[in-house]
Amino acid sequence: MENKVILTMRGISMTFPGVKALDHVDFTLRQGEIHALMGENGAGKSTLIKCLTGINAFESGEIRVDGIEGPVVNHSTLDAQKKGISTVYQEVNLCPNLSVAENLFIGREPRTKIGTINRREMNTRAAAIMKELQIDIDVTENLENFSLAIQQMIAIARAVDMECKVLILDEPTSSLDDHEVEKLFILMNKLKAQGVGIIFVTHFLEQVYAVCDRITVLRNGQLVGEYPIADLPRVKLVAAMMGKDFDDLASIKGDMAVDLSHADYYIEAQGLSHKGTIKPFDFTIKKGEVVGLTGLLGSGRTELARVLYGADKAQTGTMKVNGKEVKINAPIEAMQLGMGLLPDDRKAEGIIADLSVRENIILAMQAKQGVFRQISMKEQQEIADKYIEMLSIKTASRETLIRQLSGGNQQKVILARWLATDPDFLILDEPTRGIDIGTKTEIQKLVLKLAKEGKSIIFISSEIEEMLRTCSRMVVLRDGVKVGELTDELTQNHVMQAIAGGDTDE
Amino acid sequence: MKKKSMNSNTVLLLITIALFVVMYAAGCVVYGDKGFTHLQTFLNILINNSGLLCVACGMTCVMLTGGIDISVGSLIALDCMILAVGMEHKGMNAAVLCILVLLMGIVFGAVQGFFIGYLDIQPFIVTMAGMFFARGMTAVICSDQVSIRSNELFVKLANMKFQIPFEIGAYLNKKGKLQIPFVRIPVIIALVVLVVIFLVLRYTKFGRSLYAVGGSEQSAAMMGLDVKKTKLKAYILSSFLCSIGGICFCMNTMSASVAHATGLEMDAIASAVIGGTLLTGGVGNVVGSFFGVMITGTISTLVKTNGKLLSSWSNIAVAALLCFFIVLQSIFAMVKSRKK
Repeated sequence: MENKVILTMRGISMTFPGVKALDHVDFTLRQGEIHALMGENGAGKSTLIKCLTGINAFESGEIRVDGIEGPVVNHSTLDAQKKGISTVYQEVNLCPNLSVAENLFIGREPRTKIGTINRREMNTRAAAIMKELQIDIDVTENLENFSLAIQQMIAIARAVDMECKVLILDEPTSSLDDHEVEKLFILMNKLKAQGVGIIFVTHFLEQVYAVCDRITVLRNGQLVGEYPIADLPRVKLVAAMMGKDFDDLASIKGDMAVDLSHADYYIEAQGLSHKGTIKPFDFTIKKGEVVGLTGLLGSGRTELARVLYGADKAQTGTMKVNGKEVKINAPIEAMQLGMGLLPDDRKAEGIIADLSVRENIILAMQAKQGVFRQISMKEQQEIADKYIEMLSIKTASRETLIRQLSGGNQQKVILARWLATDPDFLILDEPTRGIDIGTKTEIQKLVLKLAKEGKSIIFISSEIEEMLRTCSRMVVLRDGVKVGELTDELTQNHVMQAIAGGDTDE
Repeated sequence: MKKKSMNSNTVLLLITIALFVVMYAAGCVVYGDKGFTHLQTFLNILINNSGLLCVACGMTCVMLTGGIDISVGSLIALDCMILAVGMEHKGMNAAVLCILVLLMGIVFGAVQGFFIGYLDIQPFIVTMAGMFFARGMTAVICSDQVSIRSNELFVKLANMKFQIPFEIGAYLNKKGKLQIPFVRIPVIIALVVLVVIFLVLRYTKFGRSLYAVGGSEQSAAMMGLDVKKTKLKAYILSSFLCSIGGICFCMNTMSASVAHATGLEMDAIASAVIGGTLLTGGVGNVVGSFFGVMITGTISTLVKTNGKLLSSWSNIAVAALLCFFIVLQSIFAMVKSRKK
């Protein structure tokens, strides 16, 4: 029997300046189901969620929630919470300086007779909640002492304990490793069994097929359709999201393969290290080569790149760039040498939200030239337009504030920023995280194109498949040590074994 | 149950307390012959700093939200001036004047809190405006120094001594007369304020909201706390406690002038920081601020007891301490982020 419907959204429309963000979108959520909301960047997933939770006001349409008479319009997250709709975001929205128990109960603490907070009862109840989720932690410790995964679980626990009927998980797995994702899925299935309806927004196709019952696909602010998971194999899902047939991604490298045996080395590094983050390593990269850094999250792949770039100063070892010995003390020196780094944490280290797309693109170029050599406005506009066109950045204009762009498009702007400096060597740390599969392919193609122009590129990604498609060599890291390099036999299996280390039995 | 690892904030607090103990013990050893070992010396530090202690409690609450209140020194001057002029020139009742001063504190804080919480203006700017306003008003009311002599009730209250029971710490002075250690009313007021604020911060929703707002304003709002109201209340509390401190201050000095309590806001901030309160908010405790006040008090007493040193040396000592604690805090923060 079909489960009871607990949430219906009908004909939701909403316009941002210049863009129709949602155009008569319908969405239905049933009790005890995990419902994936899929779509490319800018398809309207976040906007739809924000309409539901009251962050954005929708222009037309109607939301109905089971158990509440008449149409529902939320004016704030708090409003939505009171109606049983809770959201857990990618960035954990808890207070790091308070204890786990307080984070679970703040705003609705158990009280004593005289109205003060009953800390003992709060701690007991918090411990019970955590025990039920099989998370073994001391609830009186501060939240900041725990991993992001645990913090996310606590955020979910809080939402669920507030008796929510609809739980929205907005890209909850982006910063979790496989093991942690596994834990999250166990929790999601448990909640599903309790009858909570879960809306799961993610970019990871595997995860959708691992836990979801149903998929709703959006494209360009319009509803493509709602499908039971069994009726929508991957290829069809990708096709639905992109609106075209899925060209074979694996083939993009083939025709671009280049013979590098006669190319010069761009970087030759020996025995570089940074205390506490990465043990001494040797590293070389040739002109026109794409080298992948692979390993688990925290294995030292970002840290290796940071040492090369001078973001963490190398404490030992020597480094040659173009055959000349150099010492890089700070990123600006690396930039002068023609290097560029696209950081993995684009919110914290990348975009400047209140500047326009053009200004964000020009930023690194201006820094490289020095403050006094002004780039003329005309030149700036030309450069900005060139990259908006080249990377197909979706923006109302080049003067739009970057904060108004979707996450994937912001990522492209930062990529454009580094391309504009015309670097010889680019480090791309997770350049495709959080962006849709179509854009991913574009970025991968771009990487190969840049390599063909003779640029050297370090590519860091959690997705092995993606690296297999772009890199001709892979450096494997484990626990801050460079454990090996793979050149031949670049297959998923092979790389996985190298990352995992130890015995090679399956 | 896993063994609970010691929180770095607890360590900071313990360092503050240890520093106070060491400093005081050193004073006892070096200046034992000048009466530093007497209980009364300790109590005098409390008496002299009772006003500052009240202010530091309020400052701590504001700093927990990530804000700051630099209007407190001027507000004390205004409080004292209202009390002194009211009593000496207008012959008003001391109790009525005290209530008036407290009400004024609430209104003053509410205005500042409204600007900061609801209009989202930088606390530094708003309270700087408050600082100029209060200092200016003080001069407008009366530009001369006013001494309080004629109000019987106030003089009586100010001179009231509470002796420590059972003659603890009592000693014979040079003339062979028994000296029983005592405190005055301001000390009792300040200690009550300290205990109440300690409990409020730990056991009430408002107290925890202060920490939540300081920890992450966005998260606090997401979790359904009223951030604006919390800020408003924090500044009301600060100005209210400041007015209580003003009354204590007035009882100690029995006078008022435009230059009263100049720079007291900085002493309060310094005490809070030495006590482990972070300027960025979310971390801190009034117990720490208490020891912060006591440390600065001890330093100036040490300098005074020496007799030969310029009193400015206590400023230099406080500066050194501030540097020490700020460096310590940032080292702790670095270690913490390194662990992750």
